[in-house]
Amino acid sequence: MSTTENSGASAGRTPPAPEPASVPIKAIRLRHPWRMVFAVVIVVVFALLLVDAAFRPAYDWPSVGKYIFDRRISQAALVTLELTVYSMVIAIILGVILAVMRLSPNPVVKSIAWFYLWVFRGTPVYVQLTIWGLISLIYTSIDIGIPFMEPWVSFPTQAALNLFTLAIIGLALNEAAYMAEIVRAGLLAVDRGQEEAATALGMSWSQTMTRVILPQSMRVIIPPTGNEVISMLKTTSLVTAVPFSFELFTRSRDISAETFNPIPLLIVASLWYLFFTSILMVGQHFLEKRFARGVGDRQPEKKDPGTATGAFTGVVPVIGSDPPAIVTPPKDRPGGQQ
Amino acid sequence: MSDVNAPATAPRTDVPMVLAEQVSKSFGSNEVLKSISLEVKRGEVMCLVGPSGSGKSTFLRCINHLEVLSAGRLSVDGELIGFRETHGKLYEMAPKEAAKQRRDIGMVFQRFNLFPHMTALQNVMEAPIRVKGLPKAQVEQSARDLLARVGLAERADYYPAHLSGGQQQRVAIARALAMEPKLMLFDEPTSALDPELVGEVLDVMQGLAKSGMTMIVVTHEMGFAKEVADSLVFMDGGVVVEAGDPEQVLTNPQHRRTQAFLSKVL
Repeated sequence: MSTTENSGASAGRTPPAPEPASVPIKAIRLRHPWRMVFAVVIVVVFALLLVDAAFRPAYDWPSVGKYIFDRRISQAALVTLELTVYSMVIAIILGVILAVMRLSPNPVVKSIAWFYLWVFRGTPVYVQLTIWGLISLIYTSIDIGIPFMEPWVSFPTQAALNLFTLAIIGLALNEAAYMAEIVRAGLLAVDRGQEEAATALGMSWSQTMTRVILPQSMRVIIPPTGNEVISMLKTTSLVTAVPFSFELFTRSRDISAETFNPIPLLIVASLWYLFFTSILMVGQHFLEKRFARGVGDRQPEKKDPGTATGAFTGVVPVIGSDPPAIVTPPKDRPGGQQ
Repeated sequence: MSDVNAPATAPRTDVPMVLAEQVSKSFGSNEVLKSISLEVKRGEVMCLVGPSGSGKSTFLRCINHLEVLSAGRLSVDGELIGFRETHGKLYEMAPKEAAKQRRDIGMVFQRFNLFPHMTALQNVMEAPIRVKGLPKAQVEQSARDLLARVGLAERADYYPAHLSGGQQQRVAIARALAMEPKLMLFDEPTSALDPELVGEVLDVMQGLAKSGMTMIVVTHEMGFAKEVADSLVFMDGGVVVEAGDPEQVLTNPQHRRTQAFLSKVL
């Protein structure tokens, strides 16, 4: 017994004396002088670049200020946002359908989904958008009715689908192929046992999907989807291939074609893109937090996690009492004796 | 108070709870179950033991149609599982009908398979609300009662990740009981647990057995089998090698393979 001066020990049978408190380490901290040097160098270089940019005439900051809230630009920014949101929503819905199709036991359904992916992922989006722009040359009219019979309704493609719609279709169908793979990865990431447990409880396939599998796959699906949304925001600049020209990039190019001063307008467009992506990143952060419930966080929601060590002490189960207790005192626990 | 999980109230008939007649199951050319015939009476606790790969788990999974039989007949409470019989012809059940049969059969898995994105309470409440369409307030009350009965009343709002293995398995048992099953299947419920956590799960199972629940338990816990089970079935290579009174089989095994197996595990 070393240092047993603690007062708690009173009776003859003392509890085992606590270990003497460990001595905190008192040491001189290791210095990192080079970190400081590098930091200073980087800050100086960066500051020089900023100052240089601020006074470089080619950037033409007054023009940037003039055009950043120009009506044409802000409207184009809105159109870009619309293109992004609409095509992403369609792409996600279509992507989920395609992902489920790819996991279907039906080989025909599976192959169709595979073929879709093969075509839309295997060709450049710019080419696809150009083709969508020419769709009215390929299919001059849209007919609704029974095949090989006189159609009930028929209207010219060019009138039915304006360039904005075609741009959305082009972007969405291309993106759906990528979303399908992301969703599929998410679905596959969920443990098989989850589906079995839900099935064993009598849940239907759709209940299992919506209540058990999809919510869990969201954790895997959201980060790359956020990536895709940001990517989509920038891909909208390609719809000029349709040719749809009211989005941010094409609009700023058009304006600069009049002013012969392209650089400030490119900066204006970039600032708007950055603004939107920043908002999207914040949104993604909150979505991720929402779907990390119970898994992503290692911190307990409540006081004490009660894992391992707490298990035995924490549980001491209800004995006898009002509801017929399932649990018996650990004394006569079965399986204890071999 | 609540009559959640009161199997004793089920009408007593002569029909056995589980009746397996020449049940076979193959995966491709691999025959995992070879003509298994078994009967589990109402309120009986049957332990299935045997080496891994002997087909115990597959048989258990056949009972609630997680696996489809290749041959034979299997019925629970007089009702054919997975098939409908009309005019002597068998029709494969639609998923909806199979799901309906599974409601009455609770299953507990080796790896718990709790839904990680739901709290313990939500895990227990999920199926009664979604599958049975019961009102939420009523379900919550009985779910809390069930959690109390497995000794986890204070852990109701914890996510599975914050519970120990033994606690998770007890939540899983409560979740299965919430559907008021007439039969409970346990697939190696303590095999994934730290040794010191095994007891708390077995306690819950013993209590459940005492309450009259019909149970089939695939297990390696011979102590549990001896003490709680009414019958013990030893399987090896997809066949029932020996079956009978647990005490008898464990202390005085007749078959050489049973003897060899028990000499290693006891």
